[in-house]
Amino acid sequence: MRASLSLRAGLLSIAILAALIGIWHVATLPTAGAAGNVDPEYAALVSGAAAEGQKSAFPTPADVGATLWKHIKDPFYVRGANDQGVGIQLAYSLGRVLVGYGLAALVAIPLGFLIGMSPLTYRALDPFIQILKPISPLAWMPLALYTIKDSGISAIFVIFICSLWPMLINTAFGVASVRKEWLNVAATLEVGPLRKAFMVILPAAAPTIMTGMRISIGIAWLVIVAAEMLVGGTGIGYFVWNEWNNLSIGNILTAILLIGLVGMILDVALARAARLVAYRE
Amino acid sequence: MTAFKDPFDARHRLTPGCSCGRHASQAEHAADPASADDRSKRVVESAVMRALFPQDATRRAFLAAVGAGTAIAAVNALFPLATATEVFAQGLPVEKKDLKVGFIPITCATPIIMAKPMGFYEKQGLNVEVVKTAGWAVIRDKAINKEYDAAHMLSPMPLAISMGVGSNPIPWTMPAVENINGQAITLAVKHKDKRDPKDWKGMKFAVPFDYSMHNYLLRYYLAEAGIDPDRDVQIRAVPPPEMVANLRADNIDGFLAPDPVNQRAVYDGVGFIHLLSKEIWDGHPCCAFSASKQFVTEMPGTYQALLKAIIEATAFAQKPENRKQIAEAIAPTNYLNQPQTVVEQVLTGTFADGLGKVMKDPNRIAFDPFPYESFAVWILTQMKRWGQIKGDVDYQKVAKDVFLATDATKLMAEAGLTAPTATTKTFSVMGKPFDPAKPAEYVESFAIKRT
Repeated sequence: MRASLSLRAGLLSIAILAALIGIWHVATLPTAGAAGNVDPEYAALVSGAAAEGQKSAFPTPADVGATLWKHIKDPFYVRGANDQGVGIQLAYSLGRVLVGYGLAALVAIPLGFLIGMSPLTYRALDPFIQILKPISPLAWMPLALYTIKDSGISAIFVIFICSLWPMLINTAFGVASVRKEWLNVAATLEVGPLRKAFMVILPAAAPTIMTGMRISIGIAWLVIVAAEMLVGGTGIGYFVWNEWNNLSIGNILTAILLIGLVGMILDVALARAARLVAYRE
Repeated sequence: MTAFKDPFDARHRLTPGCSCGRHASQAEHAADPASADDRSKRVVESAVMRALFPQDATRRAFLAAVGAGTAIAAVNALFPLATATEVFAQGLPVEKKDLKVGFIPITCATPIIMAKPMGFYEKQGLNVEVVKTAGWAVIRDKAINKEYDAAHMLSPMPLAISMGVGSNPIPWTMPAVENINGQAITLAVKHKDKRDPKDWKGMKFAVPFDYSMHNYLLRYYLAEAGIDPDRDVQIRAVPPPEMVANLRADNIDGFLAPDPVNQRAVYDGVGFIHLLSKEIWDGHPCCAFSASKQFVTEMPGTYQALLKAIIEATAFAQKPENRKQIAEAIAPTNYLNQPQTVVEQVLTGTFADGLGKVMKDPNRIAFDPFPYESFAVWILTQMKRWGQIKGDVDYQKVAKDVFLATDATKLMAEAGLTAPTATTKTFSVMGKPFDPAKPAEYVESFAIKRT
């Protein structure tokens, strides 16, 4: 009997994971000590690898697993302002992303509507959008710190500016490409402009708008880590920076894994929402 | 003398004569046995007597005429000395209890950091949150934006901020130095046979910040060996926490960095310690405790309490027997986030050099809060030498405005420390003497410069 496709895909995923961890394990096996004649007083002052004349090694999968378990077991501890559990850090980052992203949506969707409905504004604003769109959001950071004078709000501003463009462009595009027939029907029935916007254009453009929102949340989550590494204080980006400071690869890998997991959850949530507004022609 | 001697004694003058203004001579200042309580009592009594008798001769005549006992009774009737003494001993009222102080996770910040877990802030009635910060530019911006009430900075930074070099000019002050010495030149292990700086052409070095002692010391060291730091090598600013990672990845060949970065490079087998910074200039300042002039003038009580906590912590850190305990307090994740042995090696001065030897130098790092104005003048000469500041510089004025030597003197005395007599001192860097009275000539005397 042949197993279903999803079962086989699942088995293959597990096999790939096992192979990757296996390669990692073999690659990080401790090499035999080169020199046994190290002064014990000296050896006590440096790490094990350095005592043998080597650079300290990459952690093994077992080390990283133990670190990961340690963080998952106790995610919400607070040991002073600069040492808080990984769960709290993720919550800080998520909070910043949601505020910045929410503000961007509030600006981008109405503005996108306007641009999409009027070819004149579309043309007039196009050069600005084209120039501003490709700027790395982190390049705004020094400017934001200088003008806003608050690092927390600056981080939110950076999220705002990076999630703005995909939503704006997609909304404008979605609104501009509503099928002419539908608009004509609306005109024939003498539908008012507000009613036309909400009953005809919005439902028609909704899937495109949702695509823009989905792209934006992905970008916002990518950027928050970098922004927090830059300003520090709190958040998962600060956690990564703080452990980089300590050259603790195990902790950094843990954070990377969690960042990926949260990013996936955000993406899946918006994909679900997109399905709600989808329609068949 | 003055303040600690009996002002009701006709034989004494009430005019100041020593560095703290309370003793006739420096010797008397140093030998002052009075307890803190007695001292503040005398200070208040003297102040009252000075106010009552602006002319010292009148006071002496008055005392000689009526006798000390009658005089005390008479003055007490006019002025409640006991209450005044009490108020003075408590210091100015603290305007703001909850403070934020930013720091960079390096051992230079030891007094600022340890004052939190070891209760020095609490002792002054302050609730301070010490906030770890990602880099010097960020700490500068957060301090300027008033997110921090005070901050750990590199000692050239307050000068640069005040003069508007690399940022808007904002009056900034540096009431205390954190540490002296405590930096090192670390090279990648592959350069272990290139110990002569003359062979370093084409190498890439990192320093923590453009406006740092590290930058000026490295440039000085290279220039003395005939290497032009702008043309023959590359020097880039890399935040301290990222230096070891960069050295490991071969992005740089070495760095002049604060600890524990140097020791961490040794700990991980990535680099070796080529030279401690004390061998370039023994006793050089490095990091500083700084605050905006606005904070100092608007909240004098808070500022005084904060500075007192820092100075007391600095005095505690200076004692070798306390160093292990401090390493234990500041190594955890909340503060430096380093293995304890690394911090301990830095603070105790018994350390692995990265080439298989154990070195012992108890003066590897030392703590001395006194912000000598001549330090500021030297820093300014180097800023001028490397073209960071252009045009004429009023060295002495900037130094005096930013390095608050007088405040430190006063508070050091109150903390029971001996403050130096002069606010400037001469020293030599790599054997070349520096005269703070002739900064312009000093800049001219270098062969390699950008003026």
